[in-house]
Amino acid sequence: MADSPSSSPPETRPPGELAEATRDEAALTRFLRGLPGIDAVGLEQRAAALAGRAVKGEAKLRAIDRAVGMVDLTTLEGADNASKVRALAAKARTPDSRFPDVPRVAALCVYPDLVTEAVTALRGSGVGVASVATAFPSGRSTPRAKLAEVELAVESGADEVDMVIDRGAFLAGEYGRVFDEIEQVRAACGPAHLKVILETGELGGYDNVWRASWLALLAGADFVKTSTGKVSPAATLPVTHVLLRAVREWRDRTGQSRGVKPAGGIRTTKDAIRYLVAVREVAGPDWLTPELFRFGASGLLNDLLMQRETQLHGHYSGPDQVTVDL
Amino acid sequence: MSDDEARLSTRKRVTVPKTYKLYVGGSFARSESGRVVAVADADGAFRANAAKASRKDVRDAVAAARKAFDGWSGASAHNRGQVLFRVAEMLEGTRDRFTAEVAATEGLSATEAANAVDTAVDRMFWYAGWTDKLGVLRGGVDQVAGPYTVHSTPEPVGVVGVVAPRQSSLLGLVSVLAPVLVAGNCAVVLVDTELAVPAVSLCEALATSDVPGGVANVLTGDPAELVSRLASHSDVDALDPSGADESLRGELEETAAGSVKRVLDTPLVEPDWSTAPGTKRLRALTELKTVWHPIGE
Amino acid sequence: MTEPDPNPLEYAPALESATVAALRERYRPFIGGEFTDGSGAVFSSVNPATGETLAEITGSAESDVDRAVNAAEDAFRGHWGSISGTDRAKYLFRIARLLQERSRELGVLETLDTGKPVRQATEFDLPNAAAWFLHYAGWADKLDHAGFGPSPAPLGVTGQVVPSNFPLLLLAQRVAPALACGSTVVVKPSERTPLTALVFGEICEQAGLPSGTVNVLPGDSESGASLLAHRGVRHAVFTGSTEVGERVRRDLAGRGKRVTSELGGDGVNIVFADAAPEEAVRSVVEGAFFNQGRVRCAGSRLLVEESVAEEFVARLRDRMAELRVGDPMDRNTDVGALGSSAEVERLSELVERGVAEGATRWTVPATPPRHGDFMAPTLLTGVQQSMSVARREVFGPVLSVLTFRTAREAVTKADNTPYGLAAGVWSEKGSRALWTARELRTGVVWANTFHRFDPTAPFGGRGESGNGRVGGAAGLEAYLDV
Repeated sequence: MADSPSSSPPETRPPGELAEATRDEAALTRFLRGLPGIDAVGLEQRAAALAGRAVKGEAKLRAIDRAVGMVDLTTLEGADNASKVRALAAKARTPDSRFPDVPRVAALCVYPDLVTEAVTALRGSGVGVASVATAFPSGRSTPRAKLAEVELAVESGADEVDMVIDRGAFLAGEYGRVFDEIEQVRAACGPAHLKVILETGELGGYDNVWRASWLALLAGADFVKTSTGKVSPAATLPVTHVLLRAVREWRDRTGQSRGVKPAGGIRTTKDAIRYLVAVREVAGPDWLTPELFRFGASGLLNDLLMQRETQLHGHYSGPDQVTVDL
Repeated sequence: MSDDEARLSTRKRVTVPKTYKLYVGGSFARSESGRVVAVADADGAFRANAAKASRKDVRDAVAAARKAFDGWSGASAHNRGQVLFRVAEMLEGTRDRFTAEVAATEGLSATEAANAVDTAVDRMFWYAGWTDKLGVLRGGVDQVAGPYTVHSTPEPVGVVGVVAPRQSSLLGLVSVLAPVLVAGNCAVVLVDTELAVPAVSLCEALATSDVPGGVANVLTGDPAELVSRLASHSDVDALDPSGADESLRGELEETAAGSVKRVLDTPLVEPDWSTAPGTKRLRALTELKTVWHPIGE
Repeated sequence: MTEPDPNPLEYAPALESATVAALRERYRPFIGGEFTDGSGAVFSSVNPATGETLAEITGSAESDVDRAVNAAEDAFRGHWGSISGTDRAKYLFRIARLLQERSRELGVLETLDTGKPVRQATEFDLPNAAAWFLHYAGWADKLDHAGFGPSPAPLGVTGQVVPSNFPLLLLAQRVAPALACGSTVVVKPSERTPLTALVFGEICEQAGLPSGTVNVLPGDSESGASLLAHRGVRHAVFTGSTEVGERVRRDLAGRGKRVTSELGGDGVNIVFADAAPEEAVRSVVEGAFFNQGRVRCAGSRLLVEESVAEEFVARLRDRMAELRVGDPMDRNTDVGALGSSAEVERLSELVERGVAEGATRWTVPATPPRHGDFMAPTLLTGVQQSMSVARREVFGPVLSVLTFRTAREAVTKADNTPYGLAAGVWSEKGSRALWTARELRTGVVWANTFHRFDPTAPFGGRGESGNGRVGGAAGLEAYLDV
């Protein structure tokens, strides 16, 4: 890592004491191991307590709209093809044709080979195109292949890259290797935003999630993201709390704002609002924007739309009132 | 045989008398007041002068007990057990002397006195075995609904003031003192001067069997005069009024209320000390501490 | 992409409906299985959050105390004293179920009467009250195995004086073990918060509990004193301040009664430099402000290691600023109303005194409703051991911050109080947390957590915090002649 400092854009270099942490692998390891601990039970209690905050009425309607605008509408299936991407792109532009005031979603998230299709379908819409990369979801490939994939995605027009970290290396304590890989991907992204998927369900505990979050931030991640959605458990409230704490502390120490994206398992409006409450309370109100918070989800959008209608009209909506986008 | 020779042969040996002192902080000392009380046999003959403790002696004894508390309560249960077993051994070894003293003090026959002493030795032995079993008696694992490990363990109350029984000199004293020491408490015991002889002998056994100084303090004197000092002393955590006269009980409880002192629920009339004691005193002389800790990955 | 919203995710009031509480105009004493008019003065119960009168209550006079104790004695000698442990267990179980079924009603009623946040009343007070009855239902037929020898006998009639901070929960904690042991009960709820206890009388009725087994006497402290002193009361249970507790004990001295007193505290949270900071902050805040700080085991003192004190206090302020102070009926409220305007006054004076003695005051920027008895959570930094705010039981939303340099110093400072109820210790190093737990002179230690309660876990104090234990087998002892 020490031999490639020039490959990273200067603005992602952390200042002061944090720069010291990235000086070499030993310093990085010392820094990560020296981070204060997280008490799992206390963390889960706070997450559960905040989940009890009630958001109702007018406030709920605004929260729903806010959540819609934060959705990274996602399709990551083996059966994905151009027609599926076109269908989702249409949904991303206009989530609910009956209500033109529903905001568009933040981005459409696809595999690299479908980026071109997504870019075409979303041109002029303001909806971003995100591509997973680095041998998603396992991350098990050679560094060259991973970097090539990132470059291809960006060349195809992806605005955002969702990479996965090498969990095997992380769990083996090879923090330097993980750091280098993220830093190289960061460089390969050029102007594209980098989201770093930690795959928290494979990291074995909150202390590791906490370390991995700091590792990703130190290496230049614009976003830290919980999960691929292919591993259970995917996003949970407590794990998202950990990521939110990390970006909050990052800003306290560096002045830089970085984002958080929980992904996988967030299906209902109730869930989404609980996440928004967590964002507000743990990171702060400044994070309640798509620049700094996203939902990685597919089914969530329709539930948000149904609940939105319920809030507006006072009666329950049904699944056929919203579109099934296949 | 001449008259002189006859006198010489029947004359009792002139004994060396013992001075009966207070036992405070591991040392035998006279009362700071210099007061003594003549102690008589059960049949009225003069036996000795016993020290008559003053209120200041009470204060010193409480200070000695507090000073000894950290060490004694911090010792391992195993270690406390060893010390108390040693006390039982010492009592066993001086059984005959105690029998004579108890017989003279209480006016018992030799057999009755021997029975009382044997029971006292056995009682000390029984209590000694409890030191490392209190956790079984009280407390344990609390099965709470939640991701926590919770355990409750008995801890000593602290400094315990005791009014020793009047109906039984050695057995009564052992029966109230031993349970105080088992859990790691320190004692300040008030003994009526009439019962001073076996009490001071017990102190000698304590002093020679590794009981750290200050753990047990024994003041001979007039308990009625001194007990209110114990009850009002805010560095005394509990009070065992076993030997206190019924007329004193109300006042003691009232005085003890001031510092929320524990007052043992003991009968107004002294029980038959030879019956098996049960675990009530051990429970009353310990406090549960419940410690929670989360269980998380 | 989108403009920042000027009002990001405000929590709209989520108001609970007061009608759920099924308030009545008048409540009466429950004696011998019937609600009958007391001969005492009529008084009213007031909602401390609004100042509104909730209901009128006929108070209890000496003659009512007499009637209630006689009814309890009759029940003890009669039906309740003669039924099997199994049957007692079933009655306790019935009460638990009824409490669960009516928990929303009782939770809202408790909120109206005490000013505590409704979410706390319905999610903490009520489920716990029911859990206490369930736990002790299980003991009623297993007393032989509770560690007190075979067939332990009940003491007889217990008189109980219950305070105003957790009216129904504390009643449950004391009534459940008494009934499990076969004792009968006369309970006197606080004059300020008698409503749930009186509805509890109705629950006893619905459970079919033999008449006289539980009697509820609303009234003032005088009725409480005459209840505890009544010759028919074999066991007096007092829960409240140390000051009053000492007086009660003096009054009862020499009457041959057993006295259990559960008194005040001056709880402490010890935070070592290696603590998990976020969880420690959260628990320190909860420890000090849960139930408006009106908890006898509240962590009203924070002892934080000097090397991290500044950073920790900054986090603490941030977290305190997020507390939502206001309408107790709003499910988003964290800190509700205090018990009375006198409480607000007492606490304001305590804080002012702290400031006069050299502490620095910081209060959360909340604007609680003007008409109720509210006080915004307050932090006092630079507090020294000698200041009155560090010596007294606070019993309100005031947190004092002190620092320490070594573990031994932390323990010495924590223990340097006549109280000894509860303490918290925060360290990621297991051996240090356990060492501190062992050294602390308290009845309860929460290591890396705070304010945890469970019917299986004994809870109670040392020293001037009282001599009782509630919870578990230890909680039976007070009610048994053992």
